[in-house]
Amino acid sequence: MTLSSSFGNNPDLDSWLQFHRDGRITVSTGKVELGQKLTTALTVIVAEELDVDPGRITVLTADTDNSPNEGYTAGSNSLESSGIALRQASAKARRALMEKASEHLEEPVENLSVTDGEIGGATTNKNVTYWDLIGDKHFKITVTDDVLPKSPDQYHLIGNPVPAVGLEALVTGTMTYVHDMEFTDMAHARVIRPPNYHAQIQDLNDTEVRAMPGVIEVILDGSFLSVVCEREEQAIWAASKLARITVWDESKELNSKDIFVQLKNNPRQSLPVVEGVAKESPVQPFRPPENSSKTLSATYQRPYHMHGSIGPSAAIALYDAQVLKVWTHSQGIFPLRLALADVLGLAEDKIHLVHVPGAGCYGHNGADDVALDAALAARAVPGRPIMLKWERADEHAWEPFGSAMQIELQASLDDTGRVIYWNHETFSDTHMSRPSAHRENSRLLAAWHLQSPRPAPPVKPTPGFHTGIHRNADPIYDFADRRVVKHLVHDLPLRVSALRSLGAYANVFAIESFMDELAHFRDMDPLEFRLAHLSDNRARAVLEAATSKANSGFSSADDGHGRGLAVARYKNSKCYVAVVIDLIVDDYGAIQLLRAVIAADAGQIVDPDGLRNQLEGGLMQSASWTLKEQVKFDDKGIVSRDWESYPILTFAEVPEIETVLIDRPDQPFLGSGEATQGPTAAAIGNAIFYAIGLRLRRIPFTQDRVRDAAAEV
Amino acid sequence: MPKVSLNVNGKVHHLDVDEKTPLIYVLRNDLGLKGTKLGCGLEQCGACKVIVDGKAEFSCNTPVEAFEKSSITTIEGIGTPDKLHVIQQAFVTECAAQCGYCIPGIIVAIKALLDVNPNPDDEMICEALSDNLCRCGTHGQILKAVKRAAKEISL
Repeated sequence: MTLSSSFGNNPDLDSWLQFHRDGRITVSTGKVELGQKLTTALTVIVAEELDVDPGRITVLTADTDNSPNEGYTAGSNSLESSGIALRQASAKARRALMEKASEHLEEPVENLSVTDGEIGGATTNKNVTYWDLIGDKHFKITVTDDVLPKSPDQYHLIGNPVPAVGLEALVTGTMTYVHDMEFTDMAHARVIRPPNYHAQIQDLNDTEVRAMPGVIEVILDGSFLSVVCEREEQAIWAASKLARITVWDESKELNSKDIFVQLKNNPRQSLPVVEGVAKESPVQPFRPPENSSKTLSATYQRPYHMHGSIGPSAAIALYDAQVLKVWTHSQGIFPLRLALADVLGLAEDKIHLVHVPGAGCYGHNGADDVALDAALAARAVPGRPIMLKWERADEHAWEPFGSAMQIELQASLDDTGRVIYWNHETFSDTHMSRPSAHRENSRLLAAWHLQSPRPAPPVKPTPGFHTGIHRNADPIYDFADRRVVKHLVHDLPLRVSALRSLGAYANVFAIESFMDELAHFRDMDPLEFRLAHLSDNRARAVLEAATSKANSGFSSADDGHGRGLAVARYKNSKCYVAVVIDLIVDDYGAIQLLRAVIAADAGQIVDPDGLRNQLEGGLMQSASWTLKEQVKFDDKGIVSRDWESYPILTFAEVPEIETVLIDRPDQPFLGSGEATQGPTAAAIGNAIFYAIGLRLRRIPFTQDRVRDAAAEV
Repeated sequence: MPKVSLNVNGKVHHLDVDEKTPLIYVLRNDLGLKGTKLGCGLEQCGACKVIVDGKAEFSCNTPVEAFEKSSITTIEGIGTPDKLHVIQQAFVTECAAQCGYCIPGIIVAIKALLDVNPNPDDEMICEALSDNLCRCGTHGQILKAVKRAAKEISL
């Protein structure tokens, strides 16, 4: 058995599991709950391994003082890292407890059995509980690779529906988000951002604002401007006044030329991608084989998208006796601590971060930035907890967006219609700008605006397996020969970072749209064409399951009806997903989704309801990106600063969703939270083609874009 | 000297706050009713909805003085974790919450709808939620929960 890499920093069993005398078990994870029901899945895993009622378990999420350092909660990795670690830790704990029980009951270990933490023997009436043996005490052992966890045929919890942790609190409004925390003497702050990335403060006379009711401090450090007040509405009013009276130098503008022209023309670094990994070697020329009878090309585009959390980012900071404490909804409190230490000039051990849930973030949004904003405010008003919240416009204009992308594909077919050569080139900015230790640089927003600024570090290509731009750029099909190139494009206008699924969304959109175009060219059924190039049985199984489900119980002969299909395996190594979309395009070019079918294979299923929620939520969000969303900007800055200028999918626009889960109890569990993003976009594009014969290759597929495409025909 | 009187969840409060303060900050910061969420402050996302004299209204942008003669129900007035309202129970049963931030505003909107019309069709439900946004994509589960609740209320 291979031990989880999460034990590298944290090998002690006691740092993962604590048994209490009253029968409760506390589980520590370095990951955070983002609404993805991670705590539910971890609870099930531990309860299964220990044979206890899940109700006994409390999962404590990340805290820099008390939890194992597991880096970021990102990339659909949490179940595979924290889940495996906790399974192994629980197995080790169970073994240690059985050995203690064996002595206590004078029975050999193999005669013992556990029911909800109570250990009994085959030949004795005596029993003893976990809490008797280890309650409120430490194991003082490290987790080792010599104890095997249960085999799947012994499971009774995993794979069955369990009530999600904390749903009652969510539906009654009693769940405490970081926004809802309350401390004695807490003050409220807001930040006043420049009109755009490059603007600087030219002049500010804050006398009038300082005289407003409740104003405690106006903080001006370079072009970082913030105000701290006794009450929240006072902070909003004071910030709004400051925004009106501050004079900004806006002479430096954004490059608002067509982003897809910039993606092609700007300086770039180009790397070949081989087996999902980018190589530091020259890119081979595009060279279709001589025996190809036909080579087709197509270009696909996605704009900048935003995370668009429903709750604007927030943090609470307290600076007291040279120690900074921050309550934050960051996805990576340990790396954030390093970034804060750099900017604030504080030692790492003088910073204590506690994760408290925020609204869903779907990647790297303003969570980390607002933590620095709050810390700067707290440093100016020491001794008082400062709640700093972003306003809606701050979130829309300043969060790091999902990168715009252009993907150029060529496929060469032989005279039997098989693809024998595939060329995939992706042009994009980075997808990975999370804060960490960057010394004189920083990826935290406020650091760029301080009197002693720390500009963003230079962007470098990430070579790893299916990272960023080249995530899912390598098709899962059996093409005999392929060329995959990632182009990291520099000097692009907008701030960007990780948005759910990173490059996979647009790479899969492109590949799966193009597969449909090729099938159409060959006059073949899209499913048959895919299957003819696909030997991965798990991928075939989700394709067939989704199509078969879509064929049952639905028929539409309406004009303008179309059905589209797409498949992918996230990061070519995680959850398999096939999506079928049925939709209608009306005479005016408006698209209405009717029905979506998902078939997914995420390996062994831990929590079916949580899995379904992640897959279906991903589909809805991707449908929203694909049909409606685009960050708008001009040379003065971001224009889409609210939900009217950046509309997202509404209740009236959602399709019915049916999800088929394929359980693989003998396979490792796989992250699923990002797996539907790509296939959904392609399935929608493909459905539009079958509905009205128009191939849309630029996201979003708005009514205007459908009309433009129709006009071009 | 209390400047504002407010009837919230059946109780009258006399409060010394600036009467121009938007209702949400008084609910959250003076009355400790943190279930009402701030999402946009622009009456666009619905996270802040409360029931005002039987109708679901935004609380993020209207001064508290405008509500003095009204009866307000917040999410806390609908049910508690120990005593869930039928609608809340239906949301739990359908697992209709991911991050949950939009959920109080949605449950408030649905409560106002079902109080008037316990048997709404799909169009009416979508109309009641036309200015409620959800970013986790939990729409499908939410709509199922609403239909489940409606069914149980009409029984």
